[in-house]
Amino acid sequence: MTSLPTGGYRHFHDELGTLKQRLLDMSERAESLVDLSVEALLERDRDKALAVIDADRELDRLEVETENLAISLLALQQPLARDLRFLIGAIKVSSDLERVGDHAVNIAQGAVRLVDSHAGMPAVPAISDMARRSRAMLSDALDAFIRADGALGRAVGKADDAVDALHDGIFRTLLTHMMGDPRTIAPSLELLLVSRNLERVADLATNIGEDAVYLAEGKQIRHRFDEEQLETTT
Amino acid sequence: MSRIRRARADDEERMSGPGRTRSAATHDATGQGHITVERFSAWFGATRALTRIDLDIPPRSVTAVIGPSGCGKSTLLRAMNRLNELIPGASTDGSVRLDGTDIYGPGIDTSTLRQRVGMVFQQSNPFPRSVFDNVAYGPRLNLGASGTELEGRVEQALRRAALWEETRDRLREGALELSGGQQQRLCIARALANDPQVLLLDEPTSALDPSATQRIEELLYELRRELTIVLVTHNLQQAARVSERTVFLAEGALVEAGDTRRLFTSPSEPRTEAFITGRFG
Repeated sequence: MTSLPTGGYRHFHDELGTLKQRLLDMSERAESLVDLSVEALLERDRDKALAVIDADRELDRLEVETENLAISLLALQQPLARDLRFLIGAIKVSSDLERVGDHAVNIAQGAVRLVDSHAGMPAVPAISDMARRSRAMLSDALDAFIRADGALGRAVGKADDAVDALHDGIFRTLLTHMMGDPRTIAPSLELLLVSRNLERVADLATNIGEDAVYLAEGKQIRHRFDEEQLETTT
Repeated sequence: MSRIRRARADDEERMSGPGRTRSAATHDATGQGHITVERFSAWFGATRALTRIDLDIPPRSVTAVIGPSGCGKSTLLRAMNRLNELIPGASTDGSVRLDGTDIYGPGIDTSTLRQRVGMVFQQSNPFPRSVFDNVAYGPRLNLGASGTELEGRVEQALRRAALWEETRDRLREGALELSGGQQQRLCIARALANDPQVLLLDEPTSALDPSATQRIEELLYELRRELTIVLVTHNLQQAARVSERTVFLAEGALVEAGDTRRLFTSPSEPRTEAFITGRFG
């Protein structure tokens, strides 16, 4: 058996490497925006919040660039099998990462409103824990996708349950605050939105983990479809 | 080696012809065109070209055969209508069954077999005769058709090959005046005029431009419920576009066979994955 990819294929595989690097760049930016937005919230730092809102434009630009590169490779190289699964996944992952940026912006905007309102903020330590877990899920999901590691992709999905549980806990904590002191209603609603945005970041990380499983194993696990169900629909 | 059949091409050719008694394998006009390859091996002299191939080709479907150059794709295709044995020194082992009957069994009339299992080659090869005569050749020779019956068969074959509208006013013109794509469709019409159950195509579009290729692919799509079609192609996109099942061969052995959509998106075998993503071959 020979191992002699043609010049065209070599070029294609170089381009796939470029695409991977773009996704890693996007992921790094998206993760840092989530970090910065939560810092802005907890430290009531208006400048950091505004920096998040400003930096999101770069993530939007990277999404368009990444998608254009993936589309051109689909059109020009007509990839198959793993390469096809990677390109389809890359388009979805870049869209998910751009959405992560949007959620970071939502958190930053909440931080600005909290700073501007001068209202006292109820203590909800679980927010930090949730931010840390969501960010770690995002990082693991990207690693899983880039390395085509199906096991890590599945692990990201399992980690989402803990984030969902934290979101439920935060809701109950904030409800207690609001019932006990009506002055906390406005800031509590802001924090509830923050929690909701972090929970969505974890959901998007889960999506990327599912894309990693599809890339690695060719199996669709999203929406908890089992393989038997999918067999009958394809 | 006792089970290995040595080719006796000359004997077989003497057996062929319109007046010969047809064997069971070639008699069954209601056959579906179901091909079953069992432990089939082929040699050219001392060189082994195929190794114990087991393969089921469902009737009335399109099956693509892919693989690197020299992997045995064409040999496998030509084994399905016993064309390999025209090559001196060719020999086979195992069986190829058409609707249950071993086409390598005793008493098989290869000429009648090749009417049931038509073949179209890489280079279109019309006879240097008129369009009509090219298509009429088979029905005249094999069925003794003439007059309006023959004209009807020619028209039907040209219609099935999507060539009627372009040639209805040019039937008496020389076939070699047609374009390359039209000549290839004429060859398909010529095969269809024998009313085969199976159509074998060996790289049928490799010499054609994209437009002519598209016409052939559309034609295969139209014919897929009437015939069993086996297509050898180097063009993976064509295999993906046209076929329902795909067979991947490497070094004379079957590596993977299955549903085309699955094989081109999530192949089971790492060698298939490596080949269709250009990482080997």
